[in-house]
Amino acid sequence: MQPPAEEQAPDRLASRQELDRAAALPVLLYFGSGIAWLLAGTLLGVAASLKFDLPDWLGTIAQLTYGRIRPAHLNVMAYGWASLAGAGCLVWLTSRLCRVPIRRPEWLIASVLLWNLGVAYGALSILLGYSQSVEWLEYPLPAAGIIAAAFLLFASSILATFRARKVEHLYVSLWYIMASVVWFPPLYVVANLPIYTGVVHGAVNWWYGHNALAVWFTPVGLTLAYYFIPKVIGRPIYSYYLSLIGFWAFALFYNWNGIHHLVGGPVPTWLQTISIIASVLMVIPVMAVAVNHHMTTIGNFRMLRTSPTLRFTVFGAMSYTAVSFQGSMEALRTMQEVVHFTHYTVGHAHLGVYAFLTMILFGAMYYITPRVAQWNWTRPGWIKAHFWLSAGGVLLYVAAMVVGGFLQGLAMNDAAKPFVEVVDLTRPYLTARTVSGILMGAGHLVFALLFVEVVLRRGPRRLAPPWEAGGAG
Amino acid sequence: MMFIRLWLFFAGVLATLFLGWAALVGVPGMQLASVAPQQGLRPYTYEQMHGRQIYIREGCAYCHSQQTRAEGFGSDQQRRWGRASVPGDYVYDRPHLLGTSRTGPDLWNIGARQPSRSWHLTHLYNPRSVVRESVMPPFPWLFVEKTEAGPEDVMLDVPPAFRPRAGVSIVATREALDLVEYLLGLDHTYPVAPGAGKP
Repeated sequence: MQPPAEEQAPDRLASRQELDRAAALPVLLYFGSGIAWLLAGTLLGVAASLKFDLPDWLGTIAQLTYGRIRPAHLNVMAYGWASLAGAGCLVWLTSRLCRVPIRRPEWLIASVLLWNLGVAYGALSILLGYSQSVEWLEYPLPAAGIIAAAFLLFASSILATFRARKVEHLYVSLWYIMASVVWFPPLYVVANLPIYTGVVHGAVNWWYGHNALAVWFTPVGLTLAYYFIPKVIGRPIYSYYLSLIGFWAFALFYNWNGIHHLVGGPVPTWLQTISIIASVLMVIPVMAVAVNHHMTTIGNFRMLRTSPTLRFTVFGAMSYTAVSFQGSMEALRTMQEVVHFTHYTVGHAHLGVYAFLTMILFGAMYYITPRVAQWNWTRPGWIKAHFWLSAGGVLLYVAAMVVGGFLQGLAMNDAAKPFVEVVDLTRPYLTARTVSGILMGAGHLVFALLFVEVVLRRGPRRLAPPWEAGGAG
Repeated sequence: MMFIRLWLFFAGVLATLFLGWAALVGVPGMQLASVAPQQGLRPYTYEQMHGRQIYIREGCAYCHSQQTRAEGFGSDQQRRWGRASVPGDYVYDRPHLLGTSRTGPDLWNIGARQPSRSWHLTHLYNPRSVVRESVMPPFPWLFVEKTEAGPEDVMLDVPPAFRPRAGVSIVATREALDLVEYLLGLDHTYPVAPGAGKP
């Protein structure tokens, strides 16, 4: 099955331009604010990492202590950058796949405003000392409520567009979009209820923490990869039936993964065991998706040189395979005994949220932005620089954290080693992480400048579709 | 839809989310609802609760876990971090602070392992003043500098190199004292009641 082909018939082209124009304002608002949060989150992340190298740096400013900027980094990146950029991509994609202009654009604009308000309120709350100190759920209830409302506005626009669709066949990307917009609101609301105590709260925490990935962030990445890989290459996805198996196995197993974050902890052993089993079962949907994506790509690798969208997306799709297999292995008790509580987990998280999701978001935004803005990218050399800074940065990040974290775990399990030696051992790896953060940050700056240039219409006007104009899509 | 009716698609999708919730939250919630506090576990005092709020505010949980693993799984027992923790140890914890990182050591029994209030205060003021290799952040805003300390003031024994200037006393605020009260109260070394272990 194929995403609607970019037929060259003039009426089809005109109708697509109409769809893109209708989605332009909300999409650019989602993208623009997402990128602003990306820059803020990068600063927080690099500062947090630098504090391991220089623990007394900014040491007298309470609002900038490690224990506050680290959760601020995570939340700004997750609910600010990835969620806003992802929502913008889904708005555009839903309209394209349903072949109707996006419905309720004014709700989307309200959603962007609320979303930004919620992310800013929450991030400032953490820095000012009002965090809930529950990972992925640090935001105080009012901020979480604002984000939930923003998501509902976004979801209702997506669902309204879906209801008005003018297509018979529903492409696989649409399944993931429809699933995630009905999954995320109940998940987020139930997890935020202030009713849990003790180890049950720990279970709720990680049921949510892993499911935020399962029902929102990962579907966003997969839906975009499913769309853009066949779209840019111009051939159908490898197997329709594999996408079916992939989707339902994903929906069934991913939901049960969360408690692998508490292996060896005070929660019931059976509970840890089912999460470990579900984590291993994730191999099934991951294989299905991997075969589908990679078999579609195979034989077309030279297109990675010409299409930035494809280059970022294929890098992301490969990282998805890698991070998923790593996760299945990591959940096993033998591995958890070593790597739980270490920087290894942080490396795994960045292989997922950055090397997979963020790279795919970049790829999608390189495709969507010029189409909605009606203005082309400038400076292809900068786009290349962005790719290599981001890709190189995140590979260095993951390598440093995975190796450093594993050694940290081995040393921690050797009771003959005093704890300070374990801390000392990780230092060079943490310094490498700071360097990798600066590389990625430079890439983000390049990307932000390119985006601003398109929005301010500094480059060439987009008069013709890219296959005629040689645009950078 | 492409392969089934649309309502069935949405029902199926919501069912998968519900099943996951039931397995990971619903059933364990019921199983653990009847867990009684461990004998020997005391509710937090007012000061300890306040200290716990400071612990939450400063994000201590991002580097310190509060859960101890059993013999044969990691080195917690050999490091004498305390017996494996059980659900009944946590009944007063809200929010939970189990933690997922041991950039610093586990703190579930820090009160038993390091019972010195003055060590904790100095360590919080600047960790490197007592542990040279530490990468822990300093928390000077939990202290005030005074040229003349009053009779009630708790003064810190900070090495000269870590003092902002000579001739001033560094005095713990209520926040620092309560945080240390909380840390000293983290002592779950009492024996587990028979049959009250991990389900």
